[in-house]
Amino acid sequence: MTTTVLFDAAGPRGRRNVRIATIVGALVVAGLLALALVRLGANGQLGNEWLILLDPSTDVPQSLLRALGSTVKAAALGILFAVPLAALLAIGRLSDHRWVRLPVSLLVEFFRAVPLLLVIFFLFLGFPILFGFSLGTLWALVLGLILYNMAVIGEIFRAGILSIDRGQSEAAYALGLRKWQVMTFILVPQAVTRMLPVLVSQLVVLLKDTSLGFIIGYVELLRQARGNVEFFGSRYSLQLYVAATVVYIAINLLLSWLARRLERRRRTRTGGAAKIQDDLAVVDPGQMAAGADAHRV
Amino acid sequence: MRHPIPRAVFSAFALALVLSACSSGAGTGGTTAPTVTADTKASFPAGSTMARLQQAGKVTVGTKFDQPGFGLRSPSGEVQGFDVEIAKIIAGKLGIAPTDVNFVETVSANREPFIQNGQVDYVVATYTINDDRKKVIDFAGPYYVAGQDIMVKADDESINGPDDLAGKRVCSVDGSTPAENIRTNYPDATLTTFDVYSKCADALSNGQVDAVTTDNVILTGLVSQSNDAFKLVGNPFTEEPYGIGLKKGDDEFRSFINDALEESFGNGTWAAAWDATAGAITGKPAPEPPTIDRY
Amino acid sequence: MNVLTDNAGLLFSGFLKTLQLSVVAGVGALIIGTLLAGFRVSPIPPLRAAATFYVEVLRNTPLTAVFFLVVFGLPQLDLTFQNFTYAAMLALTLYTAAFVCEVVRSGINSVSMGQAEAARALGLTFRQSLREVILPQAFRTVVPPLGNVWIALVKNSSIAAGFAVTELTALVGRLANTNASQVLVVFGGVAAAYMVITVPSAIGVNYLERRVAILR
Repeated sequence: MTTTVLFDAAGPRGRRNVRIATIVGALVVAGLLALALVRLGANGQLGNEWLILLDPSTDVPQSLLRALGSTVKAAALGILFAVPLAALLAIGRLSDHRWVRLPVSLLVEFFRAVPLLLVIFFLFLGFPILFGFSLGTLWALVLGLILYNMAVIGEIFRAGILSIDRGQSEAAYALGLRKWQVMTFILVPQAVTRMLPVLVSQLVVLLKDTSLGFIIGYVELLRQARGNVEFFGSRYSLQLYVAATVVYIAINLLLSWLARRLERRRRTRTGGAAKIQDDLAVVDPGQMAAGADAHRV
Repeated sequence: MRHPIPRAVFSAFALALVLSACSSGAGTGGTTAPTVTADTKASFPAGSTMARLQQAGKVTVGTKFDQPGFGLRSPSGEVQGFDVEIAKIIAGKLGIAPTDVNFVETVSANREPFIQNGQVDYVVATYTINDDRKKVIDFAGPYYVAGQDIMVKADDESINGPDDLAGKRVCSVDGSTPAENIRTNYPDATLTTFDVYSKCADALSNGQVDAVTTDNVILTGLVSQSNDAFKLVGNPFTEEPYGIGLKKGDDEFRSFINDALEESFGNGTWAAAWDATAGAITGKPAPEPPTIDRY
Repeated sequence: MNVLTDNAGLLFSGFLKTLQLSVVAGVGALIIGTLLAGFRVSPIPPLRAAATFYVEVLRNTPLTAVFFLVVFGLPQLDLTFQNFTYAAMLALTLYTAAFVCEVVRSGINSVSMGQAEAARALGLTFRQSLREVILPQAFRTVVPPLGNVWIALVKNSSIAAGFAVTELTALVGRLANTNASQVLVVFGGVAAAYMVITVPSAIGVNYLERRVAILR
């Protein structure tokens, strides 16, 4: 980590200061937590209401579990289609032909410019008018996720392709490979692995965005939490929303953890991956990492 | 994993929950709705909506999922309420069993497009019949007449009718008639609109709004869930005839539904549906059925 | 008549609301996010831990859930927002700050190590080297990605529609309902209104990206 350069290894006095700051900081955090708990208690939010999350006779834990299934299903379908389409779009946007480049660019920029919520809402209400049949809530949500994320992931892939040393493609051309071969065998695979951390961040975003299904009544985790609030009354709202949030955080951390494992396995397999990371910082100092980072809001 | 909660506390809580659920009529241990039987002998003119639905053997109905007593989705995914029962009665007349009625959620803001697009076959969703809506869809019914009322915190004595709303923050649902009514007729009230009533209830209990206004029957359901934190002002100031929304111009289907409703008014199924759902919350017997408006 | 011209005033106020939410939350997120990034590279462990915890939690929580917790959860801590626009601004700020933090942090990491070493060799303290050497350079690198965060923020403000803020997306619901035959027009108009903000922003980001690339 470069950050360690920013400060010296602390001397005796520094260590004491750090220790004091640590204790003060910890006390502040603990104090805030305590204050929050006291206020929750005063508002009667630390009582039996929390038990609803564990009581199978209310059907609440089961319903949240089922809804988690719906969340994962929508996210999985979204990922399944968005990633390959994104690769196609990235290639299309780098095409030598203007008639390919232009429409692909327009498509990508359009879906990056319009809120996903609006797209999903449109696919549900506007799509049937245009095409004469209804998508249903699951597919309206999934198609929205696909359209938006293929644009964003496409840009991630494109940045990845552009970041690969030109010598790679030059060597490939010199070997007599055609453009599509260079793309599919040389550039895209490297771009995908190189951009894997950013890609996974975007997949986390995709999973979170399944919660936008609320606008069309797709019952995923958050909508189910709200449904339970509607069924049992608003005195359970804090409990149910907190529970849903915790599940999201857990599943997203799991996804990120899996990605890190994948990344490590890839490293040990290819050996020189640590060097690739360094290359990245040299070729395109932080900018790509930072820039790609920003896509995952 | 062992339960971290002492068993006695746990079962006491479970019991309390079941009890409160019973009293609200919305919970797992609530009353059971009468069974609607499908009319297998029905026959319809070829090419009619009825014939098409009968042929399909299933029907898609738009209803609300967040209104205790009328249309409320339980954690197990089952939708319960008076609207749901009415929808099943109509489906039964089409020869469709209650289990083949597919309920989809319509929120106030998407009912009309839903019907126009044919995404639902009909809508039973505390849906007030009015002329604006009749421009784009048609209504069968009414099957119930509600009235707009106000819900406040139990200790609030300052609001007793719509005229007291001036200068107050009042919450309703976007795209609903009550919201429009406040917007046009009580402009001195500060209107806040959410997409669903449950958020209004949350906002009321947090003191973010002073009152929630919509039809009295919907508010009654919210009051019953609130553990006595809310109360109904009990001074309805409009008439809201609830109709069944269907595609504009489908007059055959409209008179079919009207016939089905009238029959249910006469033979007691309507009253039985009321008693099992909304009536269980209000604690009042079924009112006199309204007169069907065959415009 | 056309639903868009009939409701021009309403649409414009919705547009202003979207812009207002985005600008206020953007400024707030920039301040909090930069502060958090400073925490994340600081020598004091609890600050690092707190900032890391904040970022991990907020980044992995759907914005809709953040909204629920800010609008209906915070009142349980006696932090009640009477005005739903302020609540929406806070939710957007808290969420976006996590992303700003990550962008700024990777910006800090992107400043070549030699710079930090030189600053330290000159005897600058942690705060001095961050303020005088690292952050000015980091900020130039992070301007394009911050632009992307801004665009995302504008789009994310649409979620406020579900929380009693009458911005652009909320108007879709209202207008589509009263003008069911012109649903497509309503969608088109509102999408165009968003693009009035997002497309020039995207062009600006691309321009900056290119400028930074040339400078390197």
